Amino acid sequence: MEKRVTFRGWMLPLLLIAPQVVISAVFFFYPAGQAIWQSLFIPDPFGLSSQFVGMGNFEFLLGDKFYRAAFLTTAIFSILVTLCSMIPALFLAVLADRLIKGSGVYRTLLIWPYAVAPAVAGVLWLFMFNTRVGVISWYLGHLGYDWNHVLNGGEAMGLVVVASAWGRISYNFLFFFAALQAVPKSVIEAAAIDGAHFWRRFWTIVLPLLSPTTFFLLVVNIVYAFFETFGVIHTITGGGPQQSTTILVYKVFSDGFVGQDLGSSSAQSVILLFVVGLLTIIQFKYIEKRVHY
Amino acid sequence: MARAVDGMVEKRGSGLWLTHAFMILGVLVIFFPIWLAFVASTVTQPEIVKPPMPLWPGDQFWENYSAALFSGVNVPVATMLFNSLVMAIGIAVGKIIISLLSAFAIVYFKFPGKSFFFWMIFLTLMLPVEVRIVPTFEVVAGFGMLNSYSGLILPLIASATATFLFRQFFLTIPDELAEAARVDGARPMRFFWDIVVPMSRTNVAALFVILFIYGWNQYLWPLLITTDPEMNTIVMGIKQMFPSGDDVAEWPVIMATSILAMIPPVIVVVGMQRLFIRGLVDSEK
Repeated sequence: MEKRVTFRGWMLPLLLIAPQVVISAVFFFYPAGQAIWQSLFIPDPFGLSSQFVGMGNFEFLLGDKFYRAAFLTTAIFSILVTLCSMIPALFLAVLADRLIKGSGVYRTLLIWPYAVAPAVAGVLWLFMFNTRVGVISWYLGHLGYDWNHVLNGGEAMGLVVVASAWGRISYNFLFFFAALQAVPKSVIEAAAIDGAHFWRRFWTIVLPLLSPTTFFLLVVNIVYAFFETFGVIHTITGGGPQQSTTILVYKVFSDGFVGQDLGSSSAQSVILLFVVGLLTIIQFKYIEKRVHY
Repeated sequence: MARAVDGMVEKRGSGLWLTHAFMILGVLVIFFPIWLAFVASTVTQPEIVKPPMPLWPGDQFWENYSAALFSGVNVPVATMLFNSLVMAIGIAVGKIIISLLSAFAIVYFKFPGKSFFFWMIFLTLMLPVEVRIVPTFEVVAGFGMLNSYSGLILPLIASATATFLFRQFFLTIPDELAEAARVDGARPMRFFWDIVVPMSRTNVAALFVILFIYGWNQYLWPLLITTDPEMNTIVMGIKQMFPSGDDVAEWPVIMATSILAMIPPVIVVVGMQRLFIRGLVDSEK
């Protein structure tokens, strides 16, 4: 879409767009180019010189069992985070939608966790499940369950999933609630007159009408789980135990900054670039569709 | 008829109470971690390290919060709060300014390279900082911007989302306004200041809410580039308060800091709820 009316001149617009272009070039394109370039080399241990290895870093990564494990961990983690944040959010939104009075109050209370940073959420959940002082782990202990996410990989995964999903419930709730409010009341009333009960109406009318929102949230939540949960994992588990919570983004960090393996870390960045690109394309394809919905 | 249907579809006596009950239960479950953090920030260390800790606030509120704010663990939390504030406002204001300018250029001008620049900005959508941390870190280090506000702010400022949002909005401004401005001989920048910026007020405010929270909640980037505790932001500084090794963490101070870290974004979100929801929906479209 273009404006019919435009101003003349080309110096001014170039000047106006310059700040954004310069910042993008310096902090986005140059580093991304560097990542691609470095991914083709293996630096020596002192960082003095590096040897060109072509696709060597990628070949090594794809054959590396730790990297493949990180891929699998990321997949499990993002599916669980998406489910654990969307299902409760939908449930709460359906409840709130049934209320005429008071839904505003609940909404105000429910959006709090969105404002809490993932890293802070990590600290809050770590505190509840801390093996020494945690309230919930203490009560679990009294029920005969010995909680120890420091040693048990499955429990560690469960904890980072819940801590990551917690703040997203607010986000998903807001979108589901808005979508539910937009469902035409006349359709619901017609179904009710025909004798359809609440759950029947929900499965056959409401849920299909929510599908654009649901799909949108699926993509957005997967992107969130992939890229924005670093703070949760870094504060709760540090990727452990035995790398059981090392997702791809965490591995870029730990190999690049902790392990100082720049070639491998860059190659991982490049692979992630492709993943982001793919997710972005899916998101945009969907948005084009939604316009016609 | 309408009323009868209303009664049938919407709220019936017992169902309504059940709905409220579930809703309250949901709110309580979701609030529990925050409540527990608050309780922990008002009791003494011995009360916490001998589980189970109390579930009702104690009387150590001032002690713990003043210990956190004015001495902290590595650095007073007041310092970290100030750094976070500078970073969050810097990112929000910076993004809004450069996006307003570039969206104005893209919508209201024809100039060489326009579509090239447009796609260049579009591509930055796909590059979250987490993906290119090592080289971006090297660039910032090369500029000598480690441990500085510009290093915290600038790399996070370029945002395709805000530019697209403003572009979408500018396209809805009636052409007649630009036409009239041109006939009156108004220069483009005059039109920008007198018409475009005032009309964008609500969008700017909504975006500010979203971007403030985005900036405030950054973790990985400040973790990498602020090695000096004086430059730590509060969200990344909490993790630094945990002792390494077997020492016991100072839980009351850490939890007081966690509460302090969530107060500003919560105030922004709850206080500007309408703008926040609008910004959320707009920026994701």
